[in-house]
Amino acid sequence: MGKISKSPWLLHYDASSCNGCDIEVLDCLTPKYDIERFGIINTGDPFQADIFLITGGVNSQTAGVVKQIYSQMPEPKVVVAVGICACTGGVFKDCYNIKGGVDTVIPVDVYVPGCAARPESIIDGVVKALAVLDKKQAEMESRERK
Amino acid sequence: MVVKVVMVLCFLIFAPFVGGLVDGADRIISARMQRRKGPSILQPFYDLRKLFSKQLISVNNVQLFLNMSYLVILMIAGAMLFAGADLLMVLFILSTADMFLIMAASSDSSPYANMGAGREMVLMMAYEPLTLLVAVGFYLTTGSFHVETIINQPVSAVLWMPGLLIGFMFTAGIKFRKSPFDLSTSHHAHQEMVKGITTEMSGTALAIMTIAEYYEMILLLGIFFLFFVNSTWWSWIAALVICAVLYVFEILLDNVSARLKWNTVLFGCWIVTFVAGGLNILVLMLG
Repeated sequence: MGKISKSPWLLHYDASSCNGCDIEVLDCLTPKYDIERFGIINTGDPFQADIFLITGGVNSQTAGVVKQIYSQMPEPKVVVAVGICACTGGVFKDCYNIKGGVDTVIPVDVYVPGCAARPESIIDGVVKALAVLDKKQAEMESRERK
Repeated sequence: MVVKVVMVLCFLIFAPFVGGLVDGADRIISARMQRRKGPSILQPFYDLRKLFSKQLISVNNVQLFLNMSYLVILMIAGAMLFAGADLLMVLFILSTADMFLIMAASSDSSPYANMGAGREMVLMMAYEPLTLLVAVGFYLTTGSFHVETIINQPVSAVLWMPGLLIGFMFTAGIKFRKSPFDLSTSHHAHQEMVKGITTEMSGTALAIMTIAEYYEMILLLGIFFLFFVNSTWWSWIAALVICAVLYVFEILLDNVSARLKWNTVLFGCWIVTFVAGGLNILVLMLG
């Protein structure tokens, strides 16, 4: 296990979700799923976050916010798109105000499909993101050594 | 002299580790109180290791320096306590350290950090009168401000200052950043103003602030220790056990209470200071 995967702090942002996925994300904190046992903290502060968890497709109002939050997070960082809307735009894909999935604005590392995504699959997605985080940190450290 | 040097070195080296373990135990006990499993007891160390390895985003040049000052001044205050020096001086230096944290939070442009700094100042106003009364209480009970004299009394100071102990538990609740007093920043994730004073601290800056908080935690537990210790050897063990019990009580309070408004905290603390602390001092001065 790398340095970062033992203490991943995540930031949750609702880009335009119907709150279905948001409730499932909060479910992960409840006694039944208890993601704090992995050291995960659901922080509200981009300066202290490692994982950026987005629910809902991006529209023209939230695109700027998503970009700003992403730019405020220190390296290494990963983005997890939770729910089918965040992955592709879902049923709202062809709406006049929806840009599409999160990857139309910022690079996404892990996609968690579902409507709403189940807490089990969100946890699986976050665990996958930890492997990506470790890889990114190893790359960052080898860059620094050079 | 040798004993003093050893005590100070032990404090400077081991306080962050003991503080981290206490924090880890705190998180597990809190989780069990909420019927969760909770993280590993070493989680605070994993967090620190990660924070040091992250990219440093500094919002300005001065914040890291002010955070370092907060850490160093707390180390000095704690070292003085463990060297058996003047308790009054320790408490004054403790307040000075907090001023540096407030300046660190005020130095950036985040409205949340600035609001946290304002609230931290309100909290200082809430706990400062009682903190000074505690020092005065120790003087009236033992005839000295010196920690060395206080720990060598035939009976524990708490017998003469129970009111001040109750008041100091309020103070410690504020200092440990426990609910219902965690106005300026909180260990819990979401708060009405993001992370308060630590909002714009990332990576190394946050790690330094956390280590400083561990030093402060051990310092405050050290002052609790002074209430119960006396010249007998077994009182040291008893004092350690009572300190642990008092800390668990603070965790319980943290889990069963909601955050108060700042004016309730301020006036509540002042009422406790005047009733419990003031009456106690009055009795000591008359007796």
